[in-house]
Amino acid sequence: MSMPSSRWLAVGKEPSASFRLTLTILSFLLPIGVWALVSYVPWIWHPLIRVSSPGDVAWFKSGLLVEREVFAEENAKAVKAGGHAAEGSPANPVFLPAPHEVARAFYSAFQTKPVLRGDLWLHESLWLSIKTIVLGFTVSSLFGVPLGILCGAYPPITRLTEPVIDFVRYMPAPAFGALAVAVLGIYDAPKVAIIVIGTFFQQVLVIANTVRRHDPALIEAAQTLGANRRQLLLRVILPSCLVDLYNDQRILLGWAWTYLIVAEVVGVSSGITFFINQQAKYRNFENVYAAIIMIGIIGLMTDQGLAFIGRRLFPWQLHPPSKITAFFKWLFPAKVIEA
Amino acid sequence: MNSLVQSTDYLRQEPAVTERFQKLKQRPVVLEIQRLGRKFRGKNGPVTALHNISLKIHRRELVCVIGPSGCGKSTLIRIIAGLDEPTSGRMLVDGKETSGPCPERGMVFQGYTLFPWLTVKRNIMFGLEMGGMTPTDAEGKALEWLRLVALTKFEDSYPSQLSGGMKQRVAIARALAPNPRVLLMDEPFGALDAQTRAQMQEHLLEIWRNVDVTILFITHDLDEAIYLADRIIVLKANPGEVQEVIEVPVPRPRRADQFNSREFLATRRRLEELIHPRVDVPREKLPIVRLTPVGDDVE
Repeated sequence: MSMPSSRWLAVGKEPSASFRLTLTILSFLLPIGVWALVSYVPWIWHPLIRVSSPGDVAWFKSGLLVEREVFAEENAKAVKAGGHAAEGSPANPVFLPAPHEVARAFYSAFQTKPVLRGDLWLHESLWLSIKTIVLGFTVSSLFGVPLGILCGAYPPITRLTEPVIDFVRYMPAPAFGALAVAVLGIYDAPKVAIIVIGTFFQQVLVIANTVRRHDPALIEAAQTLGANRRQLLLRVILPSCLVDLYNDQRILLGWAWTYLIVAEVVGVSSGITFFINQQAKYRNFENVYAAIIMIGIIGLMTDQGLAFIGRRLFPWQLHPPSKITAFFKWLFPAKVIEA
Repeated sequence: MNSLVQSTDYLRQEPAVTERFQKLKQRPVVLEIQRLGRKFRGKNGPVTALHNISLKIHRRELVCVIGPSGCGKSTLIRIIAGLDEPTSGRMLVDGKETSGPCPERGMVFQGYTLFPWLTVKRNIMFGLEMGGMTPTDAEGKALEWLRLVALTKFEDSYPSQLSGGMKQRVAIARALAPNPRVLLMDEPFGALDAQTRAQMQEHLLEIWRNVDVTILFITHDLDEAIYLADRIIVLKANPGEVQEVIEVPVPRPRRADQFNSREFLATRRRLEELIHPRVDVPREKLPIVRLTPVGDDVE
């Protein structure tokens, strides 16, 4: 980890493994550090005053947040009138909870009872969102992957389909919201449809592009070994792109998550988006942050999980150890974790 | 070069060598090419890459094709493999006209072209399975081939785990497994270092002794061509034409110590004359200017 400072920023040089890990951890710790500074150091930002005792200001209540100028003004008025000044301490706006509050919310959000009858608990909301994503992504892949492969392997199919796909791709998926509700009703179907529309067209283009990059030398080798056209597609082109296709799917799954948030406000609002909107309405911003971060964690874990599975599915690749493995090896230097 | 070599004509064959070539030419013709031509569309009209190439290659013969860069030797072998189409002429294998890629004409490429997602064994099984062989039979045959190229230990390795020479041995086994009539090799050892290259040449001759196959081998390495070939076809560029066919007088079996033999050096001299012809025009002197001052003591 000790590196001569002159080599810290050597152009194009990868730092050593341990130093890389330090940087990875820092990339998370730095923003959290800034957040903690803003939250816990009273003279950084803190544009409001949280009233602790209202004194003689009529409309102040204990716990009320008021702007610094208003607080000073009202206190001046109260003192002038011969009353007691209100007391309070600097505070941040309600939409910026402190890190420990958000951390606590990771647990307490699951315990927060739904306010209205029929509303869902957080874990139910999350599960609903995951189901929507999985269903939408599966439906899109069922059509998008085969079509993409055909486009990549056979140029005439590309010429036939890609112009119109390129055209539709530029129409934002949420624009189809009203249409989806009209056709598919207000519940889960239009949400799945938005994710399918948002993913499918990109998917065809991305997959086709990957398949198109196959190595023509391998095709020629297979031809001299007697492979016919069907065998070329199924036994050469497809397996040669398999790793890249798998990684494409990982990236596309990430895109599907971005469409989820839009999809969930279509028709009857539901899932994690509904939870976030609802908590924001009740001004439980620590729950809002917790839910947003949870989406990030679910996404990262799915991606790393798929990467882990990928390394076992495609044993012919020479892999560098993944960041997660490196992290656990760093945490437990003994032979606790098998690579 | 010493005077002994200069006075030797490579055409003067020993009676034993003459007899060997007479026997060779009595063998059936496996691959025949008749007046083959290939034109490419260029910016300034058509470019003739190959013009009127005719050759006959006999059973179990090893023929090398050599020529300056741009003489179309790669185009020639790609046409024979069926990966490119000639604009004129025809090609016969065992007297029957053919075209298009076919396992009867196996090919080994310079870039190995092993399937990276298949193990060494399954790479060799590929051609057999394409030919309709059951996986069990194909596996048995693949293992035999692995023994021949001495890679039995690596049957379950992936190509990325092998060295260049080992990869090329797998590629040779893969091309030979479906029993081709002709094995086409397009500068197969071009990417290997000198030592591995020498080993591979020896290895190829060893394999060829054990297999009934006719080999057409492209190279730009003169020593490689003489060491391997029965006959060397010398092409010339613009347009690509057969310049000369050389019957290599070096006796078989070939050994590394023959590199300095009279026949070897004579053949090499002839090849050099053909490929790098001496130009009588005095070469323009390069204006060399000393850029860094050098003291008299090191001059």
